[in-house]
Amino acid sequence: MTQRKRLSNSPSLSQNKRQSGSFMTQGDSEDATFTQPSTSQVQRGLEKVTSAQVDQKTAEVVQYFLVKDQKKIPVRRAELVKNVVKEYRNIYPEILKRAARIFDQVFGLKLVEIDNRNHMYILVNNLETTDSASPNEWLTNPKMGLLFVILSVIFMKGGVVRENLIWNTLKKLRVDQGEKHEEFGDVRRVVTDEFVRQRYLEYLRIPHTEPLEHEFRWGQRADKEVSKAKILEFMGQLHEQEPQSWTQQYRDAYSLSQGAQATTSSLR
Amino acid sequence: MSRQMGDSHRRFLQAMMGRGITDEQGALRLYQHCCETHKTQCAPDKLDDFIDTINSKLQPMFMQIRKGMSEDNGQQYYALVNMAETEITRMTSDYADNELELFRKTMDLIVSSENGKASSTEILNSTDSMTSKKLKKSETEHLLNRLVNDKWLCEKHGEYTLSTRCIIEMEPYIRAMYQDQVKVCHICHNIAFQCQICENPTCGIKIHNPCVARYFKGRTEPHCPACDDFWPHEIPEVRRPHTKSRR
Ligand SMILES: [Zn+2]
Ligand SMILES: [Zn+2]
Repeated sequence: MTQRKRLSNSPSLSQNKRQSGSFMTQGDSEDATFTQPSTSQVQRGLEKVTSAQVDQKTAEVVQYFLVKDQKKIPVRRAELVKNVVKEYRNIYPEILKRAARIFDQVFGLKLVEIDNRNHMYILVNNLETTDSASPNEWLTNPKMGLLFVILSVIFMKGGVVRENLIWNTLKKLRVDQGEKHEEFGDVRRVVTDEFVRQRYLEYLRIPHTEPLEHEFRWGQRADKEVSKAKILEFMGQLHEQEPQSWTQQYRDAYSLSQGAQATTSSLR
Repeated sequence: MSRQMGDSHRRFLQAMMGRGITDEQGALRLYQHCCETHKTQCAPDKLDDFIDTINSKLQPMFMQIRKGMSEDNGQQYYALVNMAETEITRMTSDYADNELELFRKTMDLIVSSENGKASSTEILNSTDSMTSKKLKKSETEHLLNRLVNDKWLCEKHGEYTLSTRCIIEMEPYIRAMYQDQVKVCHICHNIAFQCQICENPTCGIKIHNPCVARYFKGRTEPHCPACDDFWPHEIPEVRRPHTKSRR
């Protein structure tokens, strides 16, 4: 409790209180004004603050990421600096490093930069899924189950599918994009907006189509969080087939050229 | 008990982040599951130690897994709470400023009421004194639904109470904000909303309904534990924990 009192009296937090209403604002234009400080700048900056102040800022950054992660919204560096880091921007790299360590050691999450041009970050799960047979944790959540089906279709079809194929597949599962679903509500919105914003899916216009058509691909979060091997295992069980019988997919799921995926994937 | 955090602790914490709140049986099942998954020791009476280990690492983040009682059924619950800002941090990303103002007004009504409840009419009327953008009737109703869905309020027959999660999370805030009005249970010393009150005007202690049930169980002639006056209220039954496993 003493902690709390101390905190609510601290000036940095009362500032935080005032801005917290603007948590959702995007800070695109801000990025231009933020340049990553050099190592020596960080060193000099750290000499001017107490370690308690750095810890406090780190805690605020961690909280900010957790709030965003509840909705699976990626965090932009610019917005993080503007809303949370603020006057500590000269030691931003150190704060981010400490936050990443806390996510890893306390929460079992990994802080990943998914876009190094716009500097966007997401949290992915570091812990292995428990049941090796099927992605149970996903399937107990209906929305995640829906996503898993879509990701499976895309993967099995070679990485990219026209949207019609997805809608038809879902229709067979009695999930109709044109109707209000009792669990998901507006299915079309969930799939083409929510999953896309969360970076599970990419939904891109196919050029030169008339009427306009879109295609789906895996988003960056899916690449980081979802194991292709697990999908293949799941398909194998569904169709009573050996995963190896899908040669191309099997190679993709287990190939060493997927090294990047293998090291960062949370569902190894 | 080692204070070192392992993957079983991390998995437990992740699940709590997803659930927000869970009853004691749910927490025990989860504890067991996490220990089995990571092949670590699990003793049912060590749940609180296990959670203390997590809390020791959460503390610098101003977060905590806190235990509290449901005023409704007297069961123990565990909730992941945020202590960083005494104000409604976790709500700020989900609710607009005027919606938060109405939530605070609802808390005002509930805290200052005799029975820990606020009727929908009272809440609708309180929009007249809003300083931020006034909510329309339909917007207020929609907001109340959302607050119930998000487990901040409970609703029964058009009357609203604070949810268990809300009480556990906001207890320090409520104690600080409503110092003069806040009631504390004579038995468990936690903050009390839905409770019975001693009718002796010089006493007037409060006891939670579930605490009343436990305290007076089996006594034929109930007397106030503070002033020894006759306790004139109906003594509720002790509610057993429902063993049905609900997710
Ligand atoms: Zn009590
Ligand atoms: Zn009395």
